[in-house]
Parts: sequence; C-alpha cells; structure tokens
Amino acid sequence: MNVSGIAEFIAALLILVGSMMAVVSAIGIIRFPDVYTRSHAATKSSTLAVLLTLSGAFLLFWINQSFVSVRILLGIAFVFLTAPVSGHMISRAAYRRKVKMSDTTVEDELYDVLHGEGKEREK
Amino acid sequence: MIELMLSAALVMFGLAGAIALIRIIIGPSLPDRIIALDMIGVILVSVVAVISVILNTRAFLEVILILAILAFISTIAFSRYIERGAIIERKRDR
Repeated sequence: MNVSGIAEFIAALLILVGSMMAVVSAIGIIRFPDVYTRSHAATKSSTLAVLLTLSGAFLLFWINQSFVSVRILLGIAFVFLTAPVSGHMISRAAYRRKVKMSDTTVEDELYDVLHGEGKEREK
Repeated sequence: MIELMLSAALVMFGLAGAIALIRIIIGPSLPDRIIALDMIGVILVSVVAVISVILNTRAFLEVILILAILAFISTIAFSRYIERGAIIERKRDR
C-alpha cells in the first residue's frame, strides 16, 4: 500500500467516523428527555459529524483529482460558525415560550427573570 | 475498500435521518421539530459531499454551501417566529 493509498484510507475513515457521529447524534435526539438536552445533542455532535465528513471529502478530492476545493472549505467554515448560533436561537425561543424542562431538572437560574420575582415554582 | 466505507457511511447517514424523522413526527413541542429539521439539513449537506465523492464529480460542491445557508436561515426564521410571533417586524414610528 503506497502513500496515496494510505491517505485515501484515512480520508474514507474520516467520512466513516463522521457518519457514526451522525448516528450518535440521532440517538441522542431520540433518547433525551427535554428540548434543551436534545438541542445539546443535536448541535454539537452533528456539527462534528458534518465537519469530519466534509474534511474527508476535501482530502479525497485533493488526493484523487489534485483539486483543492475552496467551496468545501467555505462550507466547513460556514457550518462551524452557524450551527451553534442556530442552536442558541432555538433554545432561547423554547425557553421564552416556556417549554417544560424534564422532571429531573434541579436548577433553573432564569426562573425569576421569566416568571416574575419571588414566585415559587410549582413542581 | 474505499467504496465499501463510503457506502456504509451513506447507510449510516440514512439511518440518522430516519431517526430524526421519528423525532419530527412524535416531537411534543415545536422547537423539538425544528431542532430535528436543522439536523436533517446538516445530514443532507454531508450526504451531498459523500455522493459527490462516490460519483467522482465536482458538480455538486455548490449544493453544500447553498444547503448550509438555507438550513441556517430557515432555523433563524423559525426561532424568531416562535419567540416573537413575527419574522420581520414593522417600524412603528414613522
């Protein structure tokens, strides 16, 4: 196995690990109890999945066709910048719409800000 | 070997999309469904990259950028709609 074969194998392995990470993220989105933990699972691990996959595709194009794709690099940068922002926006919208947390939540530091000062939380 | 790994990656992306689709169907609140839709958009970006590697063509690389931008804009618009009830607000004093 020569050098370019090894590099090709590493790039395909990056794509495979990225797809496994997508499956892990999907399992997290189906198993977690409330919307905030689901957003935690979906945002971080699917961002990592798409970063690994696009890096693998970039490496494969570079090795096979000796073509440096600026579009894939821009896609990596764009996903890396915007996925946390969209996760933050959707979690904040859910919190302001008073979507219920799970029953095992013990701490909600913004409860007074949202519901008015000094009100006891019902459990 | 490489083709087998790429095909396995495609199958896993399909599995992840199916599980996210289950969450869209049974999701109790609207933000759950939007999180799952955002995740499906991200998965679709990866699927386009893998398919363009398999077909050995460069013609689909713009689709990656367009899909990423569209997923971001739609998620932001939906979250503004949930939070304030309007996506684009009017000016009041004029």
